[in-house]
Amino acid sequence: MGEKTLDHSQGRPWVRLLNDARFRGWVSQAVVLALIIAGASYGISNVAQNLHKAGITTGFGFLSSPAGFDISQTLIPYTSKSSYADALLVGVLNTLLVSALSIVFSSILGLFLGIIRLSPNWLVSHLAGAYTEMIRNVPLLLQILFWYLAILAPLPGPRKSLDLGGIIYLCNRGLQIPSPEFLPGFGITFAVFLLATAISIALIVWNRRRQRNTGKHIPAYLISLCIIIVLPMISYYTTGSPVHWDIPKLKGFNFSGGITVLPELIALTLALSLYSATFIGEYIRSGIMAVNKGQTEAAYALGYRPGLAYRLIIIPQAMRVAIPPLISQYLTLIKNSSLAVVIGYPDLIHVFAGTALNQSGQSVEIISITMIIYLSLSLVISLFMNWYNKKFAMRGY
Amino acid sequence: MKDLTKLLFITVLAVTLFAGSAFAGTLDTVKKRGYVKTGVSGKVVGFSTTDAKGHWNGLDVDFARAVAAAIFGDSDKVRFTPVAFKEAFTALQSGEIDMLTRNTTWTFQRDTKLGLEFVGVLFYDGQGFMVKKDLGVNSALELDGASVCTQSGTTTELNLSDYFTAHGMKYKPVVYESSDEATVIYDSGRCDVYTTDASGLASRRTTLKDPKAHIILPEVISKEPLGPAVRQGDQQWSDIVRWTLFALINAEELGIDSHNVDQMLKSKNPAVQRFLGVSGNFGQYLGLSKDWAYQIVKKVGNYGELYDRNVGPNSALGLERGVNALWTKGGLIYAPPIR
Repeated sequence: MGEKTLDHSQGRPWVRLLNDARFRGWVSQAVVLALIIAGASYGISNVAQNLHKAGITTGFGFLSSPAGFDISQTLIPYTSKSSYADALLVGVLNTLLVSALSIVFSSILGLFLGIIRLSPNWLVSHLAGAYTEMIRNVPLLLQILFWYLAILAPLPGPRKSLDLGGIIYLCNRGLQIPSPEFLPGFGITFAVFLLATAISIALIVWNRRRQRNTGKHIPAYLISLCIIIVLPMISYYTTGSPVHWDIPKLKGFNFSGGITVLPELIALTLALSLYSATFIGEYIRSGIMAVNKGQTEAAYALGYRPGLAYRLIIIPQAMRVAIPPLISQYLTLIKNSSLAVVIGYPDLIHVFAGTALNQSGQSVEIISITMIIYLSLSLVISLFMNWYNKKFAMRGY
Repeated sequence: MKDLTKLLFITVLAVTLFAGSAFAGTLDTVKKRGYVKTGVSGKVVGFSTTDAKGHWNGLDVDFARAVAAAIFGDSDKVRFTPVAFKEAFTALQSGEIDMLTRNTTWTFQRDTKLGLEFVGVLFYDGQGFMVKKDLGVNSALELDGASVCTQSGTTTELNLSDYFTAHGMKYKPVVYESSDEATVIYDSGRCDVYTTDASGLASRRTTLKDPKAHIILPEVISKEPLGPAVRQGDQQWSDIVRWTLFALINAEELGIDSHNVDQMLKSKNPAVQRFLGVSGNFGQYLGLSKDWAYQIVKKVGNYGELYDRNVGPNSALGLERGVNALWTKGGLIYAPPIR
């Protein structure tokens, strides 16, 4: 048998190549790739041709023409005279805002849920369990609508809004909070704040080194906190309070001045956070359960209090198991934020793939752009979390 | 995201595969299929809604029935597809429906840029505002600072912006995907104002918790010519839909209605004879039978009958003819002659 195989490989060069499994592999892959590219380019040119034939204008030129519509929440200056590209940016930023808020809240709540679900206290652990099972088994869309209508229904109109200390108001138009306006002298306070931060960092580094060398330490975090608060405060008052607070005032039907936190944003953040937290809680719980019990016992034997043992020993090891599913959860959360459409929160889908698409009629271009943005967002988060996973979790630090 | 992917997929697929075949010979396709596929909104009282028995009615619906009557001599040979505003144009472009009668405003961009062709005006409308009575507002010019509920992607949204900018007023837009939601949320008190076409306001007001607590402000801030649309590029099909509209209008002008149409066959008036196919054969130029216009009036009625039945003073909407009266009675409804 062995000799025969040898015979084949010693034949003519092309026969030899044909019998080479690796070569065959490369060729077949190249052929498949070429077919895919050919198919895709045929498809694209066909679409372009047919769109043209049907009298539908194509191209990305529309991005620079004025959008003509207004948006209820814009993090950058935007008016109806701004371009479609600006509307796109407004949508992206609004999606990022609600996603970031929800990721932070759901992570905190999820970590808490995961830990207390393992609590030896029957009531506490079962409450966490009941919450998890209840929330994660109800469709998110329903929860978003529930929170939206639940928030809107009991809140009074702006003229009868709840007055929280004369500077914050709550009504069915949202939460009205004062907005700061920085006057020229504020630069000094800001500089002092930077300086205080630098001092604090230096203090913490010095303290850590000293503790490693001598065993002695001072409560550096507490001291730093004081420095960061007190120093800028002193400079703020000595320079004559150079911040003007724009306090919301009832004018006509609505409040003017200040910042309005839309009820749509509140409802969406609440629904996304509460929903995602149940999943995150379960990942954390599985992570904690994956840490050998001996680790906890060893920590207690060394005299760690439970809080410290969790913070320094168990959670870091648990994260190793929890991070990969956590990545998908964050990605799911970002994509789920597109459900904003049902309550009129101006996210990317609502503003760009909804309004802008209808106003411009450029469906192929707009949907392609939207997909590329979601894809890039997901890839960036994924890359960051994988980097974090490699850098920290695997070492069990 | 799922919706989006679906939308893109359908657009691309439909445009790729069926573009060649679907964009010509719509009449043949329709005849072979046996019915006309029509996109309607399905949600606007007076224009297109279903009753408790699932029977469709409304002005848009009756217009589609008139097209079916012209082609088949049978006004029931039509199927209605409720299309959300967002999907309406795509559905038409991709051949999912043969025509769109969805109280859609005829605008320059839609006519020139989207591969659509508007055949005429079925209903002259204009954008208005509805507010709660207890706000004490009597004019749209007192709306500075108001929160306004509306539907996204519509001409309404753009006019709103134009109007407030032009009058140096500010407003807070609260924009929803569907007018259903916008209405419900307006009713909950989230907005001070609800805006859409005046006919739509009248229609929507009937669905509020307490219709009498709301008033429609006198200002009409835009022109909203609502009309049926077809795909661009099939001249025969757009002619059929266009002349169905003109036939409805001409019938009213000639005094022909669904009750007297059979007697009118004996009329000595040459215009009536031409119209009903008694003399000449105008139907052949559309690829239809000689009595196409007779069938329309017989099965559906004339424009005035359609109007009175669906949106007129005695209907749920209670709208006066106003600008939608015939040109002979001081309105804008006017059709080229059949000759």
